[in-house]
Amino acid sequence: MKIIKAAVAGTLESSDLMVKVSPSSGGLEVVVNSEVMRQFGRQIRKVVDETLKKLEVTDGTIVIEDKGALDCAIRARLQAAVLRGAEVEELNWSQLS
Amino acid sequence: MKKLRRSMLFLPGSNAAMLSTAFVYKPDSIMFDLEDAVSLREKDSARILVYHAIQNPAYRDIEKVVRINALSTPFGLKDLEAAVRARADVIRLPKTDSANDIHELEEHVVRIEKACGRPVGETGLMAAVESASGVVNAVSIAQSSPRLIGIALAAFDYVMDMQTERGDGTELFYARCAVLHAARVARIDAFDAVFSDVNDEEGFLREVELIRKLGYNGKSLINPRQIELLHNAYAPTREEVEYAERVVVAAEEGEKAGLGVISLNGKMIDGPIIDHARSVITRARASGIRQ
Repeated sequence: MKIIKAAVAGTLESSDLMVKVSPSSGGLEVVVNSEVMRQFGRQIRKVVDETLKKLEVTDGTIVIEDKGALDCAIRARLQAAVLRGAEVEELNWSQLS
Repeated sequence: MKKLRRSMLFLPGSNAAMLSTAFVYKPDSIMFDLEDAVSLREKDSARILVYHAIQNPAYRDIEKVVRINALSTPFGLKDLEAAVRARADVIRLPKTDSANDIHELEEHVVRIEKACGRPVGETGLMAAVESASGVVNAVSIAQSSPRLIGIALAAFDYVMDMQTERGDGTELFYARCAVLHAARVARIDAFDAVFSDVNDEEGFLREVELIRKLGYNGKSLINPRQIELLHNAYAPTREEVEYAERVVVAAEEGEKAGLGVISLNGKMIDGPIIDHARSVITRARASGIRQ
């Protein structure tokens, strides 16, 4: 999936996260900032990497500000931001599950 | 035992915090709302959030209902696709005006169930009636599909359609009775409208007492604080439970003795009274004793 424009999903409220994506042709850059990085940083990164891999995102800049969201919210917000950035309307459910 | 549906808690589908914690309040059902509680620009993101949230194992033991947007909107079918694929227990259709609305919904549900490998027939449906047409057609709506688990009255759009406003309940009198009768004809559950002033506990309890006495199974709720109040109001009193237990004991003794008709404290006890007594005991097991 190719990110063709800047897009945002989520909020900075507690238990949520904000994901910003923007296009880039120089590979994939992922920045994760989290209030619970020390305890859950590895798990958050795992969810983010798996989600991006399923969406086949290979280029772009992804910046995540996590406020203690559950895995399901991380997955959902990241998917929403990428789909918006890629201007994808029709969902491929196998990439989201 | 029949599924209890006293409390159906509305959750805005775009609110990650509420979706991450609502299971702790233990309502009988949680309704993940993709319709009115979600702004137009967040429809896509809320749909994906609800899709993942309802697959969270924390919601395993709670009935999961998804209120989709009407199928006539650009969002309805996409919402339905997400909800059925996520294995929501029930799809709540807003603005149901006729049985045809449910037939159309069911056709799409069957298609999606087949596409995602879900057993055909597994997804339940629920009709929300929000207009004069919906109320007048309530019986045919309630009988429109074996998938229907309930019919709900949604008051805000209904009172606007009736050219009136929310007040002391007079404005909903006919609709409440019509929807409830339709539910009973079809042997499905009936849900009352939300009570929106969360700080008016007395008003909420007055409304709950009214709908409980009418015979409603439960009520849609917009705040977790209303759950315990509602469950308590639906719990039988200690006197009701003690009397029900005496009725059941008398009925069992009468049956053993081969008596056709039995009496308790000089009053005849027949089938409906025994059935009612058993239902009181069942409710007490589920809801406890009213405090």
